[in-house]
Amino acid sequence: MAKTVLAVDDSSSLRQMVAFSLKAAGYHVIEAVDGQDGLEKARNQTVDLVLTDQNMPRMDGLSLIKLLRGMANYQKVPILMLTTESGDEMKAQGRAAGANGWLVKPFDPQRLIEVVKKVIG
Amino acid sequence: MTIDMSQFFQVFFDEAEELLAEMERLLLAVDVAAPDAEDLNAIFRSAHSIKGGAATFGLSDMTEVTHILESLLDTIRKGELALTIQHVDAFLSSKDILKMQLDGHRHGATVDQDTVADVRMLLQSLLQDSLSNAVVPVPSVSTATSQENAAGAVHCFRIELPQVAQRDVDALATELGLLGQISTAPLDGKRFVLTLTTTESVSDIVAICSFVLDPDELKITEQAIPAGSATGDINGEEQGYGFFQPLEQIRNNAKTDEERGYGFFAPFVPNGGGQTAVGAEAARPAADQTRHAPPIEATEVNINEKKTPVRRESDKAGAAESSSIRVSIEKVDQLINLVGELVITQAMIEQRSDGLDPMLHERLLSSVSQLTRNTRDLQEAVMSIRMMPMDYVFSRFPRMVRDLAGKLGKKVDFITHGAATELDKGLIERIVDPLTHLVRNSIDHGIEMPAARAAAGKSESGRLFLSAGHQGGNIVIEVSDDGGGLNRERILAKALQQGLPASDAMSDSEVWQLIFAPGFSTAEAVTDVSGRGVGMDVVKRNITAMGGTVDIRSAKGFGTTMSISLPLTLAILDGMSVKVGDEIYILPLGFVTESLQPAPDDIKQISGQGCVVKVRGDYLPLIPLYQMFDITPRFTDPSAGIIVILEADGKKAGLFVDDLVGQQQVVVKNLESNYRKVAGISGATILGDGGVSLILDVSALLRSSQQLGLESAFT
Repeated sequence: MAKTVLAVDDSSSLRQMVAFSLKAAGYHVIEAVDGQDGLEKARNQTVDLVLTDQNMPRMDGLSLIKLLRGMANYQKVPILMLTTESGDEMKAQGRAAGANGWLVKPFDPQRLIEVVKKVIG
Repeated sequence: MTIDMSQFFQVFFDEAEELLAEMERLLLAVDVAAPDAEDLNAIFRSAHSIKGGAATFGLSDMTEVTHILESLLDTIRKGELALTIQHVDAFLSSKDILKMQLDGHRHGATVDQDTVADVRMLLQSLLQDSLSNAVVPVPSVSTATSQENAAGAVHCFRIELPQVAQRDVDALATELGLLGQISTAPLDGKRFVLTLTTTESVSDIVAICSFVLDPDELKITEQAIPAGSATGDINGEEQGYGFFQPLEQIRNNAKTDEERGYGFFAPFVPNGGGQTAVGAEAARPAADQTRHAPPIEATEVNINEKKTPVRRESDKAGAAESSSIRVSIEKVDQLINLVGELVITQAMIEQRSDGLDPMLHERLLSSVSQLTRNTRDLQEAVMSIRMMPMDYVFSRFPRMVRDLAGKLGKKVDFITHGAATELDKGLIERIVDPLTHLVRNSIDHGIEMPAARAAAGKSESGRLFLSAGHQGGNIVIEVSDDGGGLNRERILAKALQQGLPASDAMSDSEVWQLIFAPGFSTAEAVTDVSGRGVGMDVVKRNITAMGGTVDIRSAKGFGTTMSISLPLTLAILDGMSVKVGDEIYILPLGFVTESLQPAPDDIKQISGQGCVVKVRGDYLPLIPLYQMFDITPRFTDPSAGIIVILEADGKKAGLFVDDLVGQQQVVVKNLESNYRKVAGISGATILGDGGVSLILDVSALLRSSQQLGLESAFT
């Protein structure tokens, strides 16, 4: 059965690219337009992996990760940050918030699929 | 598997365009002295998103510009640099070049690389200034607690362990691995040394180690960070991704507890952060698990296959994503065209059923009338798809007004009204240029310099209104300023000087119309902005070509209002059908003021100039339509036929036809794209009986009627 990935990004082109690539690779993808939306969508269903952007209106990626980690069924779900900032500070913040890893933008679809495969098979 | 990225280009282009527009809107609204933090964030986010997308789609020129822009915005957003008007100007210029680059990628438009280089240099220099002037936060003194340190600097610790069992070393390595990047190396055969790159503090390391060994036996020293190493990246660093924990651990956590219940190993491994609660016993199975990862893989597959019917909900949630869709304009136009055909077919059916006996065919006739209603509703609904809010045009002006006013040293308050008013997409695109010209004129010629305004007892800031609203079947767009108004004397003097027919006896509105004459300009100095004599006639021509009209209202000292009236759509037209001989022509109803049958005495022949008709004391030129198109009419005597009085471009004339047929809505078919341009004809339509009828270009007709008169004067 296809695994579900929650893709959170305010940029619709990026989000559609992520969704399209992962769908092509056989995953089920739920899209969310910002942290708030991501949180609501995560609350209503089970997902196997969360991919989130950092810089978003309403709620940023770090806040989303912290809130997800506070939810009983999201304590162990892998969360990867998709970020243009690959600086140490951002990584440290991501780790502190509870992310499991990061993927720097820009990335090509193959790279994304490769990383997602590594994490959830 | 290869994935074609080009399919997302269009989405990115649209998105980037929206983001740029949003960025500009925010920049124009920003209060430089006290910028709103949320606005700065939003501006930053726009630049950031464009950068992300541009980088993903390989548009490196845009990535480069947004990168500098983003860096600069970031320092301002963080309060490290105060926002100045220079910044806003530079940001606006960057928006312009980004738009130019975007158009370059999108439509193959030319990109002026010099401008790009200039703006980049400007941004760079501002960024340099920011780096040298920035309020550098004082680094906190070495007593940082682990909390403060968590999001801070990266350290590399060398941890010399005392002599402990191998399994304890493994357990510690796993646990400390949660803090960052760890490596284990033997020290002297029996002991081990761990190297940990982390953002956590020494005390955290000691706390974790204390579960396994006596902290006093530990020797922790800080080392220089090895080049290329970053916090907690287990692997994939060069590939642009990384994980904060061993992959196996993330993967095992990924299984739900329920799945885990089926599994072979189920040690509970808490995720990062809960180190203090973890003892050596808990850590050991975690390490074991790492070594046994492959078998888990195998079981995972089986388990997953058994558990299928779970995912309903999420499908539904995904489907309820968006309430609007993007459709190409071609599809919409095709739809409109098809509805147009349907309207014609419906009219044919209606006309053919007219002669039927209502008693015998009652049910057919009631169906036909229902079809008529449905067709009309369908037509309205489909036409509304092409409608766009005037905001599409209005939103361009705040920036232009700001730049112009700045350039001219004037103060202008810009106010829009009715931005939600909708207009056909085809018209909205064509109204941009004329409107831009009028707004420019208002700022350049209309609104006075602050000192002059103050002297006249007005506020220093001029007011410029841009409004749109419906009036009957038309949309009326007005550009209004509270400036000096048009100068009647100067316009008249200039008109006479240029040999235009002008006299003191002309009414104000006639005088105002003079400014639409080609080459007319009263501006004393030709400014950089306007007043070069090209323009108003072009404005007028463009609007007339759209089937619209321009009116001017002006009062000296109080301001000027330019009022543009446009039909709501170009695809359907309210027409008056007239008959000459066997032909039926359509006159756009907007140009028809009245129709009458003149008395023979009211027709006067002017030698060599054709005929005129007297209407309530005024003599109007008479255009015999049969002569224009060289057809045999039923009547050659105007008093036997009908005169339709037409008005366009401030000119009036009487069109002599055989008969009026009626008034009806017609679907306009473009003659140019189906045949070729024909002088005096603006299009064609299909009538209810299936016949084709030509739609007359009234403005052209009025113009050529004067030529006709001149020609006959020479022959």
